[in-house]
Amino acid sequence: MAVEQAAGRALRPAGVYHDRAVTALVLCSVVWALLGMLAGLYVAAELVWPEIDFGREWLSYGRLRTLHTNAVIFGFGVSALMGTAFYSVQRTCHVPLFAPRLAWFCCIGWQLGMLAGGLSLLAGWNAGKEYAELEWPFDIAIAVVWVCFAVVFFGTIAKRRIQPIYVSNWFYGALIIVIAMLHIVNSLAVPVGLSKSYSLFAGAQDAIVQWWYGHNAVGFLLTGGFLGMLYYFLPKHADRPIWSYRLSIVAFWSFTYAYIWAGPHHLHYNAIPEWVQSLGMVMSLVLLAPSWATMVNGVMTVAGAWEKLKTDPALKFIVLSLAFYGLATFEGPMMSIKSVNVVSHFTDWTIGHVHSGALGWNAMITFGTFYFLVPRLMGAPLHSVRLANIHFWLALAGTMLYILAMWGAGVSQGLLWLSLDEIGELSFSFKDIMASMAPYYALRLAAGLIFFAGVLLLAFNLFMTVKGRRTIAVAPPKTTGF
Amino acid sequence: MDGVGLHKRLEANSGLLIFGILLVSAIGGLVQVLPSIFQDSLVAPTAQTTPYDPSELIGRDIYIREGCGVCHSQQVRPLLAEIKRYGPYSRAGESAYDRPFLWGSKRTGPDLHRIGGRYSDEWHRLHLIDPRSVVPNSIMPAYPWLAERPANRGPDVRRRMRALQALGHPYSEAEIAAAPAALAGLMEIDALIAYLQGLGATLNAGGFDQASRTAPSTREQRPHSADGGDAHFAPEAAG
Repeated sequence: MAVEQAAGRALRPAGVYHDRAVTALVLCSVVWALLGMLAGLYVAAELVWPEIDFGREWLSYGRLRTLHTNAVIFGFGVSALMGTAFYSVQRTCHVPLFAPRLAWFCCIGWQLGMLAGGLSLLAGWNAGKEYAELEWPFDIAIAVVWVCFAVVFFGTIAKRRIQPIYVSNWFYGALIIVIAMLHIVNSLAVPVGLSKSYSLFAGAQDAIVQWWYGHNAVGFLLTGGFLGMLYYFLPKHADRPIWSYRLSIVAFWSFTYAYIWAGPHHLHYNAIPEWVQSLGMVMSLVLLAPSWATMVNGVMTVAGAWEKLKTDPALKFIVLSLAFYGLATFEGPMMSIKSVNVVSHFTDWTIGHVHSGALGWNAMITFGTFYFLVPRLMGAPLHSVRLANIHFWLALAGTMLYILAMWGAGVSQGLLWLSLDEIGELSFSFKDIMASMAPYYALRLAAGLIFFAGVLLLAFNLFMTVKGRRTIAVAPPKTTGF
Repeated sequence: MDGVGLHKRLEANSGLLIFGILLVSAIGGLVQVLPSIFQDSLVAPTAQTTPYDPSELIGRDIYIREGCGVCHSQQVRPLLAEIKRYGPYSRAGESAYDRPFLWGSKRTGPDLHRIGGRYSDEWHRLHLIDPRSVVPNSIMPAYPWLAERPANRGPDVRRRMRALQALGHPYSEAEIAAAPAALAGLMEIDALIAYLQGLGATLNAGGFDQASRTAPSTREQRPHSADGGDAHFAPEAAG
């Protein structure tokens, strides 16, 4: 592979990969991780000490928690996905990005949109639908940037010099296509001024549309998108091909087909038709198969490269993320069973489940990928492998503690709310059950602090790796794949 | 073998791949979501469900703005314990005028779908301004600013009602014209309390399923035991 130091943009040969936008997106993603998780820590602290919003609207739990979820999913998550998609699509197609200026527009447009969007959430602009809280001006901006993302991504694929489209691109492609569909339909609304709109859908119909969106934002962004990351960076890093090509085909199409149906498990025993709930539950159980097929494919790909785990913190993160992926995609279908959901619904168990996915799977695979990617972008070794190893243990400890605290809180909430005494009256008042959550919430805050300390190390480590360096220019291989 | 051969063609053609993803991912939505959009009975209001009056509407928009739905559900599930704790289970038609729906996904605080009429306006005022003054262990945020701002801030209430009217909510022109006057002198906290007091209130006054309630329907008659039917907050609040 021809690697040469770029003297400057003007001198750059036309035939090199466009990686500077990748570097920018990776660094923005790290900043969003810091901001979003700091907001998460603060709202966790507010559940322990409710007065620490000091009577300020913008520090109030309802607004700050919304900022937390948006900053980590759409700031941290999407920036990482966009950056790694731009990086890997060039390498798997053996061509530089199509429309590199548009790629810069995606990068800058997304960051500015999320920044302004985040501030609007603090100002109380809220569409009221979970994970789709940004108001209509931002919905339009998101759609525009997303279409540009699609043009750059599929444009690059269209001009590829390798005939087969590699599996990571199927997943990134599904992310782009399905999220566009979900976002546009779920955001349909009638505006009333800049800061307010009313959903086109009402009541039970709105609920069904919202969870079709909400569950598949998890499905195609937090699962599918990050599987794209996995399918490129895991084999690259383990230096071994994907274990089973056929399994990846079956897993991809069954995943794409089945995920869409699972949304109604968020509405069990709610006022929607019974058949919709039951179908949602069955398809959630079916989803276990493609989820675990991918996990098996990943684990078998690493098998044989286990000795690398001893020395390479980046690979450790990616392998651990697979374990949490397996855990979360097992727990999800279990929680979708109606008789389990009776206990888990509305409780902190859900919060624990989300974080076993978000911290254990999404954040860990992203950290592993960044530790692998940033030294390659800079053409220099990682500043400190030791710090990355410490980060690994902090991330693992923080995630485990978080999940345990929320399991404790959630299962006890669920059971105590439903508990009836021998004459059929409620055993406990709501406020007493709520008060008994205090130790779990304190433990969760501690878990968050541990995890966040690790992210600080990551930010420092990557900053020191990037400091004083430029993104190196890498040219595609000379031979074509055709 | 043939399947793999077929797939080789798909993965060599970006247009086919895009089309395939779109098709395969759309099926679930077409079969499962689309029928619900055309099922009118899902959004046919129950006999007691009326469009929000101006102060309730503004109150609901404040509820959304402050993210109350992050911690409070508005969906009583048809389970014995929930019906005992909160009241009659939620019907689809009750949300017919809810854009967006606010059923929620988390109960850090209690469900609010049947909160109307359970506490006095004055209790709500104290509770919103300083929750721990009436519920000592509460971890709810305080909302002092709601008492300091007029309810007619932000987009004009007539614009809001017109938008909803366009979406099919049966507001008359006279109602819309009279809306600003209905808000005159009200603060945001008054609007939010009006909204909360309207939640499930028609049921409390003798709506459907009254028989399924175990506790007397008026606040004054409710048992004072926190372990009993009125398990929302502190027992003293019921007095």
